[in-house]
Amino acid sequence: MDLRFRPEYEAFREEVRAFLNEHWTDEDRASAPPTNPRGMSMGASIRTDERATAFRIKAIERGYLYRHVPRRYGGGEQPFDPLKSAIIHEEFRKAQAPAELIGQGPSMLVPTLLEHGTEAQKQRFIRDTLLGTITWCQGYSEPNAGSDLASLRTRAECVGDFFVVTGHKIWTSNADTADWMFALVRTEPEAPKHEGISYLLIDMKSPGITVRPLRQMTGEADFNEVFFDNVRVPVENLVGKRGQGWIVSRSTLKHERNLIGGSLLSERTLEGAIFLAKALSLRGRPAIEDPLIRNRLVELETKVLANKYHGYRLLTMQARGEEAGLAGLVTKLYGTTLGYDVARLAMDILADRGMLAPGEAEAPAMGMFVTAYMWSLGVLIAGGTANIQRNVIAERGLGLPRDPAVARR
Amino acid sequence: MDFGLSQDQVLFQDTLRRFLAEQCPTARVRAIMESDSGHDAELWARLADLGVPGLIVPAAYGGAGLELLDLALAAQELGYACTPGPFLATSLFTLALLQAGSEEQKSHWLPRLVRGEAIGSLALAEAEAQWDPRHVTTRFETGKLQGEKTFVPYANVADAMVVVARGDSGPAFFLVQRGAPGMDVRDLQVVDMTRRVQHVRFQNTPAKPLPGPSAAVQRVLDAGCVLVAADAFGGCQRCLEMSVNYAKTREQFGQVIGAFQAVKHQLANMACELEPALSFLWYAAHAFDHLPDQAERHAAMVKPLMTDLFDRFTRDSIELHGGIGFTWEFDLHLWFRRAVFDRAFLGDASYHRSRAAELAGW
Repeated sequence: MDLRFRPEYEAFREEVRAFLNEHWTDEDRASAPPTNPRGMSMGASIRTDERATAFRIKAIERGYLYRHVPRRYGGGEQPFDPLKSAIIHEEFRKAQAPAELIGQGPSMLVPTLLEHGTEAQKQRFIRDTLLGTITWCQGYSEPNAGSDLASLRTRAECVGDFFVVTGHKIWTSNADTADWMFALVRTEPEAPKHEGISYLLIDMKSPGITVRPLRQMTGEADFNEVFFDNVRVPVENLVGKRGQGWIVSRSTLKHERNLIGGSLLSERTLEGAIFLAKALSLRGRPAIEDPLIRNRLVELETKVLANKYHGYRLLTMQARGEEAGLAGLVTKLYGTTLGYDVARLAMDILADRGMLAPGEAEAPAMGMFVTAYMWSLGVLIAGGTANIQRNVIAERGLGLPRDPAVARR
Repeated sequence: MDFGLSQDQVLFQDTLRRFLAEQCPTARVRAIMESDSGHDAELWARLADLGVPGLIVPAAYGGAGLELLDLALAAQELGYACTPGPFLATSLFTLALLQAGSEEQKSHWLPRLVRGEAIGSLALAEAEAQWDPRHVTTRFETGKLQGEKTFVPYANVADAMVVVARGDSGPAFFLVQRGAPGMDVRDLQVVDMTRRVQHVRFQNTPAKPLPGPSAAVQRVLDAGCVLVAADAFGGCQRCLEMSVNYAKTREQFGQVIGAFQAVKHQLANMACELEPALSFLWYAAHAFDHLPDQAERHAAMVKPLMTDLFDRFTRDSIELHGGIGFTWEFDLHLWFRRAVFDRAFLGDASYHRSRAAELAGW
């Protein structure tokens, strides 16, 4: 066991730093923070303005970004080395430099296309997706197909050179701004449910698509509903074979789980709770001096650190070429339940001030902790609810049998 | 960056697991726990042959010169097998000598400990749940100890023990030999039948100070917290394994109970807590030897983390087994009892969490 990086990796770190010093300057960092179409400021790492894109292209050429993607599709094409990836990630974050874009396109669609796409699809979409010049949304969930996603009913009938799509998708982040959607649709209504699904790429400018904002419990609308009314999709936009969309989509879902499980979010929420406990008083003394609050803060900090060290362990397993198995399956459930517990502790530190709504002038930190408390429920659900995660851990991790009632359907 | 066990460590752990499965199945555990001393000299000799007591002792004294992580792996396996005996007691004694012993004390005791020829212990706790070495009242004056210690593990068989007492400059270790005058050892009946615990009273008992720095006391307790946590982790692992196996074979309502979501989710929740906790345990053990700034706080965090889990795992496992889990014949209560010891020994969860808060400067 050694938490230090070996000398050749430290040399690599120096090389990355030198590159960043040269190509991402103070002036770049200070350049006007761009906003997304909703007017929100975007983090430096996901900037997609011209300056950021020019830098990202250089970083890809050096092999620092999108290392798993071949050069002919616009990637950095480097041998698998999770330790180098971790160093790049760390150094780019410290330098506040544009890094690999995250989100549905680069993290979910690209791996799927690499595995199942046609040459033409790869050429057409991957490079632009990696640079953020084509953006994506994910058309999976439907009002009656949530945890039981394979029961989805949006139909795509093959008519000549087109699929004609009719149906209703829900919980679609960025559907209002995305250029394209990757969607699961039912192409063979007579086939058993998992075998009748296909994976389609749908141009969001196609006639017949209506996008409506979906207002979530926080009061804001960060999701959408998407309605399809006889939307024509060329057959060349089918990924994988007809009726095999379920298998094609599996690689995508796996990537989504990894995205949400990361430890950074719970680390930040905990820092926020500690900050609150120092800043706010409870019955005449700082909350941080309350024995119960101290106890709970330590208890949760322990779990936040466990989550972080677990990341080191998974990284090591990856670097050694070992299967993560059970250790890898628990990350989403652990991280999201922990996020909920930390957010709830922040609410308890707020005590009666937790009743104040975001926007109320007297609410500590503009009420952001209340919003975080609500969002901690959102991430428990997104990408497979906590109960679905428990099924996955029990069945794939512990080898317990599937529920016979579920297996039959 | 390599946060995982080495091949040697994995091999050692496997060897110990197989050894205990063969030599110390629960039938033998029960025989040892029903014996007078609660200590099986032959088993201890075999563990010494495998190098267990000498893992962290430098080669100069006959040991393997390894780190706390290696000793924690042994603790984990003993917890997995619910092995009775003076492992924890002797490890604490050995750690005290390593951290604070004089050359003479070390060269006298360490080789004997390594060979399994000597058993040691640590006397720390005092009345009213006092495990904080800064607040002990036992005194060392003019070469003699005065005071009362409780929850001293295996004082009945220990050839010597280190006693945490107030000397001229704060709390320190004082070495007392077996049968020293004015020492009164009284058995306590405890819930965990795989550990023997005594109450020890000192009246003008001659003792020899361990000359090391006062900070050595906390260092030893830090290591102790990691070892208890490792024992608890091994116990958790065993409980989860037994429960998963039971859920795969026990049938009710015409199917194995492991197909019911209520059962699956209970087991999934256990697995979900256990995996990241193992990562924390490794980090805390590694920190003891390599990250001095983080060692004490991580020790204060890992002990309540793991022992709270152990409590929950034993409870959930017994519940999941239904009626059979509540019988004397079925083994689960052995771990349930062990969890009671692990949670309280060296101080309860709130004590350690409040220390961790202090150490953060809150």
